[in-house]
Amino acid sequence: MRVTQTLGAQSSIPAAREITTKPRRSDQVFRFIVTAGGMSSLVILGLIAFFLSLKGFSVLREEQWSFLTESRWEVLQDGEGKIESSTFGIGAMLVGTFIGAFIAIIVGVPIAVLSALYLTFYARGPVKKFLISVIDLMAAFPSLLFGFWAFIVFMASAEYWAKLINKYLGFIPLFDVPAPFFERSPFIAGLVLAVMIIPIVTAISREVFDQTPLDRIQAAYALGASKLAMIRAVVIPYGRGGIVGGAMLGLGRAMGETVAVYTVLNVVYQINWQILFGAGGNVASLILLKFGEAGPDEVDALMAAGLVLFLLTLTVNALSDVLINRFGKKGR
Amino acid sequence: MQTTPSSLASVAGNRTQRVPGTNLLGTGLETRGVHAWFGKKHVLSDVSLDFAAGTVTALIGPSGCGKSTFIRTLNRMHEFIPTAALAGQVLLDGKDIYESGTDVTKIRLRVGMVFQKPNPFPSMTIGENVLSGLKLAQLKRSNTDDLLESCLVRAGLWSEVKDRLGEHGGALSGGQQQRLCIARALAVEPQVLLMDEPCSALDPGSTFRIEETISELAKTMTIVIVTHNMQQAARVSDYTAFFLSDGGPGVMVETAPTNKIFSSPEDQRTEDYVTGRFG
Repeated sequence: MRVTQTLGAQSSIPAAREITTKPRRSDQVFRFIVTAGGMSSLVILGLIAFFLSLKGFSVLREEQWSFLTESRWEVLQDGEGKIESSTFGIGAMLVGTFIGAFIAIIVGVPIAVLSALYLTFYARGPVKKFLISVIDLMAAFPSLLFGFWAFIVFMASAEYWAKLINKYLGFIPLFDVPAPFFERSPFIAGLVLAVMIIPIVTAISREVFDQTPLDRIQAAYALGASKLAMIRAVVIPYGRGGIVGGAMLGLGRAMGETVAVYTVLNVVYQINWQILFGAGGNVASLILLKFGEAGPDEVDALMAAGLVLFLLTLTVNALSDVLINRFGKKGR
Repeated sequence: MQTTPSSLASVAGNRTQRVPGTNLLGTGLETRGVHAWFGKKHVLSDVSLDFAAGTVTALIGPSGCGKSTFIRTLNRMHEFIPTAALAGQVLLDGKDIYESGTDVTKIRLRVGMVFQKPNPFPSMTIGENVLSGLKLAQLKRSNTDDLLESCLVRAGLWSEVKDRLGEHGGALSGGQQQRLCIARALAVEPQVLLMDEPCSALDPGSTFRIEETISELAKTMTIVIVTHNMQQAARVSDYTAFFLSDGGPGVMVETAPTNKIFSSPEDQRTEDYVTGRFG
């Protein structure tokens, strides 16, 4: 006992020292530049949010929750062009945005994942290089051109598919239509969005598949796995987080897409769950549609719609982080 | 690594050599004039070796001598490296595994492999890892519980993991992970087990356990092991083949019973290597 006491007295634990370092001048300058660059994107984003809130606040206060649930978008004027009353609600547009985005995900993600698997594990040499550059090019393609292509070329075929689906699966409420009007439906808009998100989902999935640890791939092959079995047992568990992340980015893009949807969708102020019927909505398209001829009040309402879209996209991105963490870690 | 020849020779001499050729285990594995290339680089030249059934053969030699390349030709893992090429024959029970029309997955089921770095599947539990080969190769087994236990017992891991089969493989220590990989390789019941420096990433205690496991396994299968550790070659193998490259493609300099390689090798270069004069 005595010994330990003496020892304890001698070796009193010192307070932790502060560890500092004096960075070089060049490091300080570089740090400043990098910080400024990093913060600027945050500041710009914050300013946009602030601007949208400022402009949209009065409309949101007036309409409250009915702005999200109500589907009427009306400005009533008297004979002299004075505004008598106005009602703003984006319910139908919100529902339409989700429907379009989900169709895009359901159709686009499987195609994108298969393309990514093909590019990573099957394509070889020049074919691989060529396809990768084509897909990257597609990602940078202006959405207006997608819209044109969809309008002129794609819509006729898609309409035919819609009729087929309706004919054989029409007993499912989702595929039923109140009238045989298949033009410019949410289904067609969703397919166009699917084509638009395929490049980005493919690029991200491919990137992740490419990083699958070689030792695990070899372990699977050494156990007599076929390529398919190896991909299912090793690549997919490893790449799950990347697929989810890519899908979420695609979802964000699909929800925010404006021009292409505007070109092929018949915007109607009524919630429509029958995806084959030619009536739908989309928040971004609404803004584009109304912005040109809107009076000051209506512009504020459009800004409020913009704010909702902004928050929605932010939520999707936050959600994707959560999902990537949940699904991504397990396979690694 | 300075080792006196006499000590290695006595290690090799102290163990009883297994008798090859128990017919139950098949006729083993043979290579006939194997050459290997990566692109234009000729890395292995004219290797002919017999691996008798039921024996352990160690492949030794300095880094870059082609021994890892060689072992990977034995279960056709060589061809995974783009630009890899090969000449010669590898015969399993007398049949060339490179013959056109061969289903390579079937070859790898019969010739299992354990890698340098333990590589369990992290998304699977310990139990699932052991049985993963069945799933990967779509084999049906009626009593997987018994198979699971027997593989883990043979890999010397059962007592350590029997209460935690549902945990993930990544939770084990490096040595345990490597034995898990051995158990995983055993589950598909290979005739031949290839081990590419299986202990190089492990501590001495784990190395010892794995060497014990190898001795156990040799009763029922043919084992080929690449090792940098000559002590290990002397401890576990019945035959040793010495590989060397003089800057050109690697060649197999000498093969003989292990105690002969370490006591009275025929070739001067072998003697220089095993006595620690180079490498």
